[in-house]
Amino acid sequence: MQEGNKLIISVLGHDKVGIIAKISTVLADNQINILDISQTILQGFFTMVMVVDVSNSKIDVAELRNILREKGKEMNLEITVQHEDVFKFMHRI
Amino acid sequence: MSFATFSITKDEILETVNMISTENLDIRTITMGINIQDSRRETGEKTAKQIYEKIVRQANDLVKVGDNIEKEYGIPIINKRISVTPVALIGNGFNKDDMLKLGFALDKAAQEVGVNFIGGFSALVHKGFTNGDLALIDAIPQILDEGERVCSSINIGNTKSGINMDAVYRMGKIIKETAEQTGDRDGLGCAKLVVFCNAVEDNPFMAGAFHGPGEPESTINIGISGPGVVLNAVKKHPELDLGGLANIIKNTAFKITRTGELVGRVASERLGVPFGIVDLSLAPTPAIGDSVADILEAMGLGKVGTHGSTAALALLNDAVKKGGAMASSYVGGLSGAFIPVSEDAGMIDAVLQGSLTIDKLEAMTCVCSVGLDMIAIPGDTPAHTISAIIADEAAIGMINRKTTAVRIIPAPGKNVGDWVEFGGLLGRAPIIKLNDFSPEKFINRQGRIPAPIQALNN
Repeated sequence: MQEGNKLIISVLGHDKVGIIAKISTVLADNQINILDISQTILQGFFTMVMVVDVSNSKIDVAELRNILREKGKEMNLEITVQHEDVFKFMHRI
Repeated sequence: MSFATFSITKDEILETVNMISTENLDIRTITMGINIQDSRRETGEKTAKQIYEKIVRQANDLVKVGDNIEKEYGIPIINKRISVTPVALIGNGFNKDDMLKLGFALDKAAQEVGVNFIGGFSALVHKGFTNGDLALIDAIPQILDEGERVCSSINIGNTKSGINMDAVYRMGKIIKETAEQTGDRDGLGCAKLVVFCNAVEDNPFMAGAFHGPGEPESTINIGISGPGVVLNAVKKHPELDLGGLANIIKNTAFKITRTGELVGRVASERLGVPFGIVDLSLAPTPAIGDSVADILEAMGLGKVGTHGSTAALALLNDAVKKGGAMASSYVGGLSGAFIPVSEDAGMIDAVLQGSLTIDKLEAMTCVCSVGLDMIAIPGDTPAHTISAIIADEAAIGMINRKTTAVRIIPAPGKNVGDWVEFGGLLGRAPIIKLNDFSPEKFINRQGRIPAPIQALNN
């Protein structure tokens, strides 16, 4: 299996000031580069999806997931972190 | 809209996230199959030692690798398990005491490597018994009582050789004995014992998993899950006709299976063990929203068990197989929808409300993947009645060239209206009513039901 370095971060919840700022700070602090970002309000819900590159990061996926989950609790948001392979495998042959 | 750096759309990403976070998509099990035939030594004790050492050596990293994949990919992997060569093959020539030693070696090894179940305390007796088979069968009640993690299965028939009714007769008694030995736990031992017709060699699901004699030295088999994901897909389309609905289920099964294939390939590479198969089964749990019964009801049945249930299940089962077969190169195991009673909240409810009876369950097993599974019956049910239930189910498998099985629990001291409680994934079940008329004389005839003719099939 090819070890990919990209993760997909998704954020769901009520819209408020500073969501992107707080999450990107966590990423910057851990040397994680944001490659792409998309954000919409879907049925009243704030929905953001980020593609990030973790090749220079010192923390692993599980650790990042924990940090963001904590951050999510503070802001009342649901944040998930997943490996790109999951999406590639599930949706493309 | 799609990301420039990544060819997946946002909708697809959110769909995946939703499948995992709210629809209970998980990998139900990573099962490592291990051939233990080379562990045979001259005594039971020495053989047990070899078996223990081989399993611990081979599966040492299984739980760790599974946990790491779960963390990295963010997909829950519920169980890590082991299946081994049917013990009766390795232990032929040994007596019951020796078989017990081999069984306890399995239990100890499972505990050492941290898997919750180990399957393979098994015998294949579809055409007749060896002395080893008989010794193993005699040891079943004690091993399922005292061994915590060992699971047992016996194949008593298949389409090519017919049904060994001597074995059916014997297994009725063994199930009773196992229930009585574990009577303080509602007959829990019987939840770890499966009687098969047309058993498959690469099934990753307990209690019926074993590493068949045709399998390689070791393999990684994956059992997928996801009734919740299919349920939500069905719920979203109340307007579709059944052809359209089958298509929706196929698409969903495809996605679920791809996830299984990904996990299987990664696990296989990291463990240095070849990837075997993905088992496309929808395996329910007692958790709300993780029920096969709920899918059938979302298709439009007032309650599972009513008229139309068999047709709905046939559609579901076939669509899951079609979608899954497209998603993975190697599909095997039991592949289909499981309809256990105690492990499915919707099935439990249907029994309670009087919609689902043993007769309808039997009819539904003609089109599902396994058979009469996790059904609690009155504790005073005679052994020959249990044998007759096994014979009926085996006949369905034999004639229709499919796998069928019976995992039934005659709960000691309990009767219709009472409950059995196993906790965890094994769940809870109301005692179901059986037919009171006796099949004793039929079962007492024993012998072998001849294999069916393969031409003139109807």
